[in-house]
Amino acid sequence: MFTTGRGRLVALGAVVVGAAIALSGCATSNPLATGAATPAGGTLIVGSQAYYSNEIVAEIYSQALENGGFKVDRQFKIGQREVYLPEIEAGKIDVFPEYIGSLDQALNKTAAGGVEDAVYKDLTSVLPKGLRVLKPAEAADQNSWTVTEAFAKKWKLTDIASLKNVTDPIIVGGNSELETRPYGPTALKSKYGITTAGFSAVEDSGGPLTVKALVDNKIQLANIYTADPNIKSNNLVALKDPDGLFFPDNIAPVVSKKVTDKAAAILDKVDAKLSQSDLVSLNSESVNDQKSADVIAKDWLTKNGLLK
Amino acid sequence: MNFFVEAIAWILDPRHYGGENGIDTRIVEHLVISFGVVLVAALIAVPLGYAIGHTGRGRAAAIALSGGIRALPTLGLLILIALGVGIGLTAPFIALVVLAIPSILAGAYSGFEAVDRRTIDAARSVGMTEWQVVGRVEVPLGLPLLIGGLRAASLQVIATATLADYVGGGGLGHFLFLGLKTNDYPQVLAGSFVVILLAIVSEILFGVIQRLVIPAGVSAGMSTNVRVRSPRSQAATG
Repeated sequence: MFTTGRGRLVALGAVVVGAAIALSGCATSNPLATGAATPAGGTLIVGSQAYYSNEIVAEIYSQALENGGFKVDRQFKIGQREVYLPEIEAGKIDVFPEYIGSLDQALNKTAAGGVEDAVYKDLTSVLPKGLRVLKPAEAADQNSWTVTEAFAKKWKLTDIASLKNVTDPIIVGGNSELETRPYGPTALKSKYGITTAGFSAVEDSGGPLTVKALVDNKIQLANIYTADPNIKSNNLVALKDPDGLFFPDNIAPVVSKKVTDKAAAILDKVDAKLSQSDLVSLNSESVNDQKSADVIAKDWLTKNGLLK
Repeated sequence: MNFFVEAIAWILDPRHYGGENGIDTRIVEHLVISFGVVLVAALIAVPLGYAIGHTGRGRAAAIALSGGIRALPTLGLLILIALGVGIGLTAPFIALVVLAIPSILAGAYSGFEAVDRRTIDAARSVGMTEWQVVGRVEVPLGLPLLIGGLRAASLQVIATATLADYVGGGGLGHFLFLGLKTNDYPQVLAGSFVVILLAIVSEILFGVIQRLVIPAGVSAGMSTNVRVRSPRSQAATG
């Protein structure tokens, strides 16, 4: 009886020790360590977020670099900014497509926002040593005030300020926190003198319910991400934001010291061509046509004459 | 405990009253939604439940169906309907009616079934028609269980009607959604408190109704019935 008890105790102890070793292994092992720690000389490591749109852009960068004679190691689908930012800072990733406004806010908690140039300038001043942000593309994936094309035509809407043309009541739709955000209905009133007639909560962050409400004319103004393919497929228009009501989130590559001027020139060329409508089409090809990132990237690069 | 105090303070803050997002407005919306849903669900489920209970037919199907409906996640159903009918009150209303039906249905048919068969035989033998048997014997005698079903349905609906504001349907869900997204937890807790309060009020009201609506003749014989009634109503409503 005593010995069986002791045997059990030993077994239990073994399990505990084993589990502790296994778990500590989990805690310290770095999913990037194997791929990224020992890159071959001259190989550029391109990373991406676990967000399909970001991955397409990363793939475009990769193929353009490969076309320019560089060796590329793809480390895609690295979760959230909190996870990959230290990896970039540690020099384990050389090229990463980023969004200037969000990155600026992540690095500088007191970022003031404003138009693209101001945010870009602020971002370059707060970047960790050894990193650069190349020239942003026109393409941006950010919050927007979005209306239907018919509504925009009827009231001749182009930018947010032109909402003043609308004499019909405007019902705003979006997540309930939108009502309290610094770019919400209150800002429309105080900044542009636009009066909205009401707020309808649709808690799916600009997803299909919001789009449907807009198309059904149950709401007239919604907060949808500018690169959402739903904008194109449902004939919606994201109103221009020349005053920087929203943090501009233009796409720009964050690069390490290993990225030479030659490589940077290639990325600059790509970003010079990457327009807003292009980004939406790229996303649409992924969401609606279910094409893979490398096919989408290759088609776009070929179309823009960026592949030799 | 700190959250608790902050939530109470949030509820008592006069700035949170009046206007579209005031606690008072939202409570009224919430109650109107809940009452409407239970009413519509009762209009559907009570006749159906009575038919099943009286004839004894379709009971297995009703149990299977209401069991299946109970398993439906209300938020999923709500979004599915909303993708069809658009935002507004319609989608949450339908989803909540679906949520409320099983409890009421179970209360209705189990109420009829709980009536002693000998009582029904006696009613028939004194010459009552089928409708008289239903109206004068089965309905009054089954009433406690039906009220129990309505009570459970109301409780579920009041708690779940917080989802109505997911698609702009109004109600107390506003404070939960807004608070969660903006990390304003006192507001979330405050919204929950108000919902809990409404649920408790509903429970008390139904408790009172349950005592009041039972006819004198029935309550006279209830001393023998109490033992059966109380666990039954739990099972029928659970």
